[in-house]
Amino acid sequence: MLVYVIRRSLQSVVVLLVMSVLVFVGVYAVGNPIDILINPQADQQDRERAIAALGLDKSLPEQYLSFLSGALHGDLGKSFVHATSALGLILERMPATLELAFAAMLIAVVFGIPLGLWAGLKPNGIAGRSIMAGSILGFSLPTFWVGLMLIMVFAVMLGWLPSNGRGDTVDVLGVPLSFLTVDGLRHLALPATNLALFNVALLIRLTRAGAHEALLQDYVKFARAKGLTNRRVIGVHVLRNILIPIVTVVGLQFGALIAFAIVTESVFAWPGMGKLLIDSLNLLDRPVIVAYLLVIVTFFIVINLVVDVLYSALDPRVRLTDAQG
Amino acid sequence: MSAAEGAVGAPTAAMRKAQTPFARIVSDFVANPVAVFGLALLVVIVLAAIFAPLISPQNPYDLAQIDVMDSKLPPGSKAATGGTFWLGTDDQGRDMLSAIFYGLRISLAVGTIATALALVIGLAAGLVAAYVGGRVESLIMRVVDIQLSFPAILIALILIAVLGQGTGKVIAALITVQWAYYARTVRSAALVEKRKEYMEAARCLALPPSHIVFRHLLPNCLPPMIVVATVQVAAAIALEATLSFLGLGLPITEPSLGLLIANGYQYLLSGKYWISFFPGIALLLTIVSINLVADQLRDVLNPRLQR
Repeated sequence: MLVYVIRRSLQSVVVLLVMSVLVFVGVYAVGNPIDILINPQADQQDRERAIAALGLDKSLPEQYLSFLSGALHGDLGKSFVHATSALGLILERMPATLELAFAAMLIAVVFGIPLGLWAGLKPNGIAGRSIMAGSILGFSLPTFWVGLMLIMVFAVMLGWLPSNGRGDTVDVLGVPLSFLTVDGLRHLALPATNLALFNVALLIRLTRAGAHEALLQDYVKFARAKGLTNRRVIGVHVLRNILIPIVTVVGLQFGALIAFAIVTESVFAWPGMGKLLIDSLNLLDRPVIVAYLLVIVTFFIVINLVVDVLYSALDPRVRLTDAQG
Repeated sequence: MSAAEGAVGAPTAAMRKAQTPFARIVSDFVANPVAVFGLALLVVIVLAAIFAPLISPQNPYDLAQIDVMDSKLPPGSKAATGGTFWLGTDDQGRDMLSAIFYGLRISLAVGTIATALALVIGLAAGLVAAYVGGRVESLIMRVVDIQLSFPAILIALILIAVLGQGTGKVIAALITVQWAYYARTVRSAALVEKRKEYMEAARCLALPPSHIVFRHLLPNCLPPMIVVATVQVAAAIALEATLSFLGLGLPITEPSLGLLIANGYQYLLSGKYWISFFPGIALLLTIVSINLVADQLRDVLNPRLQR
């Protein structure tokens, strides 16, 4: 187990390094930020001074090395546009994204698992079939378009909910949170629903497939033969066995939610990390792009590692000590 | 799962043996009316895309045919030159119906080209991994594992950030996102097939490896690939639309459905819904019809569900 964790951590460091080179070199090759950042009327001297101030006069390997040594000290460079620390900008926006992702995951679990169980237990009923048809829709609908439709219906036509921003926030331990105020909750409702939709569909399908399979197993037949109530067979024997893949997917999907938040945040002008990335891509704010991508890749590596370890704890059949991992 | 499953009981099992596999697949597929509807819808959409120049009321990118005086008209409005804008017009006075037909072309073309290329790359990588084994296999599969641990949108955004924007680059991003799915699927299928007798027989006949891989191994690994590729076409179209919506996808000179939707976004808040709504419906119908077909194909091609 320990060997496995160490092996995986080393592998993660390699992935992170490769990614940092790739992203750094690649992002460096996109456009020239000088054209955007410096007043076109500036004379040659001013231009050179600005280029030197941004560190753009050095060669690419030199820039990468100074970036890397900075990164190891927790400094991912300064934003060209905001003139503040890139990492600081991202950390400042992170609570909004995390709040959105948590809210979406909560919605997905609360709706997805019961609906999936229902569809799995009564696969040929009208409700079961409609749930499955609905889940295909949930997979098929592109997130951004659903977001637009939510705005169209609930913000423009009905005027019930606001269409953009975060609303009032309350500081908890210095972190601004929306879900503690009524106004914040109103602002959170549409984007969280939008982001949750894919995962509601995913959890429905996963739960249904698991229930479908589990019902045919001998242990369920045995439990029924023992004369256990339907409630107990479903609630204990079936649910517990299908929860293993569900927990894994919920864990893994959390990372995906943060990535997909890029789209939702852009639609609803939610001031999170994802919107920052899109804005930075459009403004060629290289340090922020590089910092965002490295932060999110690190995030994913950590999530994947934690899920793998948890998985082995939940399911004794999985042996992580296996050399192949 | 499908109506077919319930209807096909033990008595028909003997009859079914006499059918060719293809006839069985067709009859199983047709047994689900929803899937047939999806297929019919898909055929209509593809035909509309192919024949867009013939069926569109106007060429939306011919400046001589559009009139700014017609801009932002609601659906059903009469044009200044006669004719009706059934789905309204955009801010340039373009007929939305025509713009959607042309947009479908671009969306479908980008999605299918990317999927086809990714399929070739993924098949090659997966087959090589399964057939050669050893270090080559662990290297390829390690890359696949690492890539699949990140969501598609993130991989695509990293690539767009690195490569820059443009049609070719979007296709490159879509290929990179997809190939790993094919490589993983074909490898696991090939590993199962590899151990079967016919493969041993082929090796005993001393057939050249390329012949064994392409004539014996590949055809038997294809059924699961068909399902994955169908789903991936829909995913590629959706991803391209998302990238275009974010302003990171196709250039404005090649307006796909995603770009049309993005174009209407700013007018949505003032109640001019049709500029975004109808291209979205077209996108939705395309993706749903492909997914309905894929869903039924998965059931039909899955031997575990044949009772």
